[in-house]
Amino acid sequence: MKAIEVKGLKKKYRKTEAIKGVSFEVDKGELFGIIGPDGAGKTTLFRILTTLIYPDEGEARVEGLDTIKDYKEIRHIVGYMPGRFSLYQDLSVEENLTFFATVFNTTIKENYHLIEDIYKQIEPFKRRKAGKLSGGMKQKLALSCALIHKPKVLFLDEPTTGVDPVSRKEFWGMLKKLKKEGITIIVSTPYMDEAMLCDRIALISEGEIMKINSPEGIIDEYDSRLWKIRGEDMHRLLKDVREYEGTESCYAFGDSLHITLKGGEESIGGLEKFAEEKGHGKIRGEEIRANIEDCFMKLMKK
Amino acid sequence: MLKYLIEKEFKQILRNPILPRLILVFPLMALLILPLAANYEIKNINLCVVDNDQSPYSRKLVEKIRSSGYFVITKTAKTYDKGLEAIEYDDADVLIEIPKNFEKELIREGKGKVLISANAVNGMKGGLSSSYLSSIVTDFAGEVRSEWIEAGTGGGVPVIEIMPLNRFNQNLDYHSYMVPAIMVMLLTMICGFLPALNIVSEKEAGTIEQINVTPIRKFTFIISKLIPYWIIGIIVLTIGFGVAAVGYNLLPAGSFGTIYVFAAVYVLAVSGFGLLVSNYSETLQQALFVIFFFVIIFILISGLYTPIKSMPEWAQTLTVINPLRYFIEMMRSVYLKGSGLFDLQKQMIALLIFAGLFNVLAVVSYRKRQ
Repeated sequence: MKAIEVKGLKKKYRKTEAIKGVSFEVDKGELFGIIGPDGAGKTTLFRILTTLIYPDEGEARVEGLDTIKDYKEIRHIVGYMPGRFSLYQDLSVEENLTFFATVFNTTIKENYHLIEDIYKQIEPFKRRKAGKLSGGMKQKLALSCALIHKPKVLFLDEPTTGVDPVSRKEFWGMLKKLKKEGITIIVSTPYMDEAMLCDRIALISEGEIMKINSPEGIIDEYDSRLWKIRGEDMHRLLKDVREYEGTESCYAFGDSLHITLKGGEESIGGLEKFAEEKGHGKIRGEEIRANIEDCFMKLMKK
Repeated sequence: MLKYLIEKEFKQILRNPILPRLILVFPLMALLILPLAANYEIKNINLCVVDNDQSPYSRKLVEKIRSSGYFVITKTAKTYDKGLEAIEYDDADVLIEIPKNFEKELIREGKGKVLISANAVNGMKGGLSSSYLSSIVTDFAGEVRSEWIEAGTGGGVPVIEIMPLNRFNQNLDYHSYMVPAIMVMLLTMICGFLPALNIVSEKEAGTIEQINVTPIRKFTFIISKLIPYWIIGIIVLTIGFGVAAVGYNLLPAGSFGTIYVFAAVYVLAVSGFGLLVSNYSETLQQALFVIFFFVIIFILISGLYTPIKSMPEWAQTLTVINPLRYFIEMMRSVYLKGSGLFDLQKQMIALLIFAGLFNVLAVVSYRKRQ
């Protein structure tokens, strides 16, 4: 039995199709990432899997339980951390945790080992109101609350959106630890760099899954040669490179441009010369290995 | 679990910077100020006198009107038209014209005529002032007649005097009629609004999403929202009793027990109604406005301000589905007549039906999923 089985899932909100026939499976104990931009259908997928909404078509199973028929059992075994902070802001850290432990018929003590690493960091502030915590601490509290009943499957909807880079790193470290406890974790994120930290990822866009594989697998599947160039006036350079007839695609990545050329051209010399003629000075192209974002862009283009 | 949920609700209510104070202050203010301000007794009516007779009897009549305490003579006019002008300029609310030969005719024929004109822009004030005035005139006629009988000049006209006896509220004291009704209004506002707003604000904060993925049963969840407001309702009512006793010297002729039993059912009914509304509202604005709409209609056709019996037929039928009506009826009966539970079976049954209906609907329509 898989931790999650989804077959032909569809969901419409009035006229917008949020999910257009999604199928995938997640193994037990896997850290599975759902990667896609805002509005790709990530949250809808999470809400169906956590029994909050019905799918229009298709079926979804969590730990072998049907999300429609067996929703009561599912609610006992999943932990859900919504994208928006949704704990009681007027209750203290400790009260929130006790509250969620109580509604799951358990106590903080019983599963303390599970949340210990995370909770220890916010324990000094346990009398503080949840609404008065910083973003990173709110995330830690929300994760603690989602874990307090020792769920078999943990759903984290964009847990790191709006969290500073240090806390983000910490957060992923915590997920790795939870994985060791045997908890299946489904995490969605719009950040491509976080994709590398998952066991397997699904790239999702406009309600459809474009590819499912391990991050390395997805990168290995990238079959074009990719070059990186850098120049003085990046904005103008991007415009000019896109005008160059041999360019297949060109995107800005941080402080450089990632370029693929038409017809699998062996050398970037032509483009370098073109750029020089356009007055960008000496431009050096460097062949690089693709990252997840390159893969995503390429898939989006298809 | 339920105990913990309720504890959490109380913690949140008490931590709210406004709610606990409002729960205490609102009943005090409403009960101390409303009955004094919203009063049907009209005093200091501006009167214009057109005395064309200028006789001892006409002066006596005017003096009697003045001494009634309801009227202030702000104007005396020579003619009716001049007097009417005073009304038009709002210098007077009502006009009394005593015709020439008023005294002569009164003595000769035993009959006298006076004319009363009232400004009825404010219908209530106009109606009341002319009826006050005419009852004073009637009174005056009676006095004149008994004077003649004593003097032996009246020729044996029999005098029938009507002495009204107002049962249950002998002095027609407005407060003892209004105060119990205002307590009902308070209970309706506090217990109807608060639980509804509470649930909708959980929707807005997103916390309800977090609750919905837990195994809490919807019945438990709804009950955990109802009970705190039920307790608050009883507290508010108790404050109301206190204010009525201290401020208006008003104690129920019946027992407090009867009222508490009714209140327990009634609060359940209105808070159930509030919860029902909240289940269909996505935002606080929606919930507030919908409840506002219903509460105002409920209050207007409850018999709080105007007697149900004087409403048109269709409105009277409408009051049958108004829980407020039954509770107000009960309050007034217990406070003024001293009715007990046994006398109020009809009201009790009606309220039980409302409580059951609203709460069942609230639990059923509360969806943990779409």
